[in-house]
Amino acid sequence: MTSATLTNKGATTKAVTTRPKALRSQSGLLYVLPFFVTFVLFLLWPLIYGIWMSFTDRDLAAGAEPELVGFANYAEALTDPMVWTTFGNTVLFTVMTTIPLVVLALAAALLVNMGLPGQWVWRMAFFVPYLLASTVVSLFWEWLYNPELGLINSVLGVFGIEGRSWLQDPDFAMAAIAVATTWWTLGFNFLLYLAALQNIPSTVYEAASIDGAGRWRQLFSITLPLLRNITMLILVLQVLASLKVFDQIFQMTAGGPDDSTRSILMYVYDTGFTNYRLGYASAISYIFFAIILILSLLQLRFARRSDQS
Amino acid sequence: MRSINPGRVVAFAVLALLSLLMLAPFLWAINTSFKTETDAGASPVTILPEGGYTWDTYVDLFQMGSIPTWMINSLIVATGVTIITLVISALAGYAFSRLDFTGRKLLLGLTVASIMVPGTIFIVPLFDEMLAFNMVDTYWGMILPQVVAPVMVFILKRFFDNIPRELEDAARVDGAGSFRIFLQIVLPLSRPIIAAVAIFTFVGAWNNFLWPYIVTNDPDLMTLPVGLETVSTGFGVVFAENMAKSVLAALPLIVVFLFFQRQIIKGIATTGLGGQ
Repeated sequence: MTSATLTNKGATTKAVTTRPKALRSQSGLLYVLPFFVTFVLFLLWPLIYGIWMSFTDRDLAAGAEPELVGFANYAEALTDPMVWTTFGNTVLFTVMTTIPLVVLALAAALLVNMGLPGQWVWRMAFFVPYLLASTVVSLFWEWLYNPELGLINSVLGVFGIEGRSWLQDPDFAMAAIAVATTWWTLGFNFLLYLAALQNIPSTVYEAASIDGAGRWRQLFSITLPLLRNITMLILVLQVLASLKVFDQIFQMTAGGPDDSTRSILMYVYDTGFTNYRLGYASAISYIFFAIILILSLLQLRFARRSDQS
Repeated sequence: MRSINPGRVVAFAVLALLSLLMLAPFLWAINTSFKTETDAGASPVTILPEGGYTWDTYVDLFQMGSIPTWMINSLIVATGVTIITLVISALAGYAFSRLDFTGRKLLLGLTVASIMVPGTIFIVPLFDEMLAFNMVDTYWGMILPQVVAPVMVFILKRFFDNIPRELEDAARVDGAGSFRIFLQIVLPLSRPIIAAVAIFTFVGAWNNFLWPYIVTNDPDLMTLPVGLETVSTGFGVVFAENMAKSVLAALPLIVVFLFFQRQIIKGIATTGLGGQ
């Protein structure tokens, strides 16, 4: 998460000016030891072990010792149509969630920031779904999407619109999951935007008012340009979070119908834990990891460049 | 008083409508959970149940015993993760902020770089490792992989960096060592950030699904989100039961939110915590 360095500009500059001179003491090693023991055991080692595993035919079901197979797993992954299908689904989900999760969060934050009465209620309404476990979100939405007994189709029926089996329809299942996901995680981006809005000094708006700029003019020439950095940050966090989607799809559709909602991480899970092909599953993970890493580095570079201009 | 103008009235109406949409799934779930299964499964859908509201579903859930067990498991796992994460991250963050030791730069660099590594990608090798450690179907197997939080180390370090050093100089003159300074000066001054880290770690661990799901098979050890997904107790139509379970699972965190609202909102605003 790059958020820590980007959100709190005041704190970072202060950190640079009053940067403490560290005390020379080898006891520091003792302080970092507990963290690094867990770090090595549960992050670094799985990462390295996974690389090794991706070059073997490690199989949970087979009793035999795993054998090195060179790049066979990687070659298989690149020609495996399911890898491409699930990768495409994951990208689709990322686009379907990132856009509303940025636009709606911004709209909600702008509205709440107008200072209308009922602040506490607005904040709670937008943020509370974010606190739910994925299982709860899935149970809520499976019930709402229920074709005959669900609230959504009933309400649509009142307006004379015929609903459908949202989660069982290959054309709509992914969109239905994206809507549920937007509802679930909107509150996080909303709070980031709200905090950024409240950091804009009111003097900026006062000056604009004196110059005769109206509300809409102020929004487009002051507020939105000042929100560019936080929008970049939210975009980065959102894309990375959406690419890793697993829980809600696994729970609501299990990847179906016809694999139309199967995400790449779900395919890794299926390959590893349903088909027991740990070696092959690791190879798919690492291809995916490489893509995420390249994306993060690109975004980081892009953010830095736009910072300078 | 602000003057009332049409723009603000429209904004208020839009906001009220959006909030209602956001709250609707909760309200509908609560409404369903108090219906009998017959009413919950009745078509056409009505808001008020024909047979009246009832507590029965909730009573049944508590008598069957799984939900209380899973809640206790969630509490054990989330508390364990929170305490261990806080202790090891604060110690490491303090060392990175205040002490200069061999390998400091390398270790700090490694910590910051690993913030970008998405942990969920390594579930396969991690599971294999847990098999070797005999930690599958244990609390430790659920807890330990969740305590590695490089981003928390970094956030705590950055907060410690901003605490003026003058405060420590006096104590140092009095002969206090680095650990006493950490306990008696740095930690008490860091309460807000520690609260934020604790709340986010707790909520994250309470809600975590994928890892606890992979590492547990025994229903008696499952956390609430895993149990809800894996074990279906009823036969046939269980809409009211599903919603009652969901409401029970959501309740503890909503209570946490009501108590720590300010810390949570401030925590997100200043650190961008919880974006995973």
